[in-house]
Amino acid sequence: MIRKELCEVIRQTEIADSIFEMTVKGEMVKDIRTPGQFVHVKAAGGYDPLLRRPISISSIDRSKNELTMIYRKEGRGTGLLSEKKTGEAIDILGPLGNGFPLDEAKTGETALLVGGGIGVPPLYELSRQLKAKGVKVIHVLGFQTKDSIFYDSKFESLGETYIATADGSYGAMGFVTDVIRELKLQFDVVYACGPTPMLRAIEQNYQDKKVFLSLEERMGCGIGACFACVCHTTDDPKGFSYKKVCSDGPVFRAGEVVI
Amino acid sequence: MNRLNINLPGLDLKNPIMPASGCFGFGREYSQFYNLDVLGAIMIKAATLEPRFGNPTPRVAETSAGMLNAIGLQNPGAHKILTEELPWLDQYDVPVIANIAGSQEDDYVETARIISQAANVHALELNISCPNVKTGGIAFGTIPDVAKQLTRKVKEVSAVPVYVKLSPNVSNIIEMAKSVEDGGADGLTMINTLIGMRLDLKTGKPILANSTGGLSGPAIKPVALRMIYEVSQKTKLPIIGMGGIQSAEDVVEFFYAGASAVAVGTANFVDPFVCPTIIEKLPSLLDKLGIEHISECTGRSWKRNEQPVNHRA
Repeated sequence: MIRKELCEVIRQTEIADSIFEMTVKGEMVKDIRTPGQFVHVKAAGGYDPLLRRPISISSIDRSKNELTMIYRKEGRGTGLLSEKKTGEAIDILGPLGNGFPLDEAKTGETALLVGGGIGVPPLYELSRQLKAKGVKVIHVLGFQTKDSIFYDSKFESLGETYIATADGSYGAMGFVTDVIRELKLQFDVVYACGPTPMLRAIEQNYQDKKVFLSLEERMGCGIGACFACVCHTTDDPKGFSYKKVCSDGPVFRAGEVVI
Repeated sequence: MNRLNINLPGLDLKNPIMPASGCFGFGREYSQFYNLDVLGAIMIKAATLEPRFGNPTPRVAETSAGMLNAIGLQNPGAHKILTEELPWLDQYDVPVIANIAGSQEDDYVETARIISQAANVHALELNISCPNVKTGGIAFGTIPDVAKQLTRKVKEVSAVPVYVKLSPNVSNIIEMAKSVEDGGADGLTMINTLIGMRLDLKTGKPILANSTGGLSGPAIKPVALRMIYEVSQKTKLPIIGMGGIQSAEDVVEFFYAGASAVAVGTANFVDPFVCPTIIEKLPSLLDKLGIEHISECTGRSWKRNEQPVNHRA
């Protein structure tokens, strides 16, 4: 069930340069099924901004009915959101979309979790749940610079974690895909979230593996009604068949949609 | 007593609130949130004769108090809508107004013939004003004689009344309205979106893949009100008003301007419950304003002798 709910801000912290972690309390936590689902947040009352902002869920605490989201302060909407204080209420629609399938990684298997920038957050809850069911997790996370790195120690506590930065200011210099290749990492399943070129490279490099990709697209409604975030399907790349990133995704099996 | 029911050509509405075409799909998504029976009507997403995929993404961009969209009339085609979408909607006690679009006259005519067969389609909304398609669409909506001719052709085949959706992107909206009235239209719906654009600060290029898109939302409300005010005084056709409606107060304002019913568009994206919320709030607003029935509000802005004598100075 999707709820529209006024959620109370429990805490908000800037955890890296312009990266905010916000925990809110709400009944919708009960309805979250899989890591990788998202919420649609009204950053402020009034008409500017008018639309909601899709933000991924980075972790949930069912015992407290709390969910944590991590976002980058970039435009007006996320700017206003970053000013929210503990105890304030935020209008949130969620949970939305379909997350990462946990069943695809069996107990004893190894899952490779690949994240780029603001695509990293949903992998945290995924990693926690995979580890809890006895899946070995390896993380390869890419960031722009040293200052934008977050959650590195949290991921390290769950499994092997490798960091790459675009400018080389921390960890390996370059792309996450270079790190995976150079370290000759072995794995059974890949879960990835990040910029489209990164997702494309992963899809191409690991055609022999089970690969699940979380896509990002500008959204209107977030529930599948407005047709803003539509993509072609791979079996009919120029035709009329389509998937909606918001309600059919945002997670797709590699090869399912054209990215 | 029902204070909200409205009768228009082909439409026996329990209330005058309906979601606008393109902002509600074919109803399925919103049926997760509430029983669609509460709605006065549903304006379904535009149908074209053949399926369309629409424009590349990004298809939406935001702007102050509004949004730009360039979806490009994505839809599964008239036959699929007739056989899959309309039968699904038939479980609800809600009249459907089917929006039809095309690239040329024949497309419109054939689509109208197909879609108007459905028992739950009580009216057509002739979309001559979509700003986001390369051919057709808006061309039919900007040249009065072309619009008149198209209206006449569609009327000949349609089994139900035809409302024509007017574009605000014209220099003389009254002339357009009178032309389609001459062509035999049963009503008007107005306004469609205003053409606009946004540019990306880093690249300097348009945000929308289509470069331009249709502006909707509260930003366009004053334009819609002005156009309905002008057109309602110059034609006899009933008007379903739209353009940035968010609240019960907005609805009454559209009625004052000259509308007989209204459609809610972009607001559905912000609040999926906006239509039932407005319907629920309207009676108490009418109480506050001392209005018995909502139909009394239509055209109050320009009708003479509307105020009781003892209210005059």
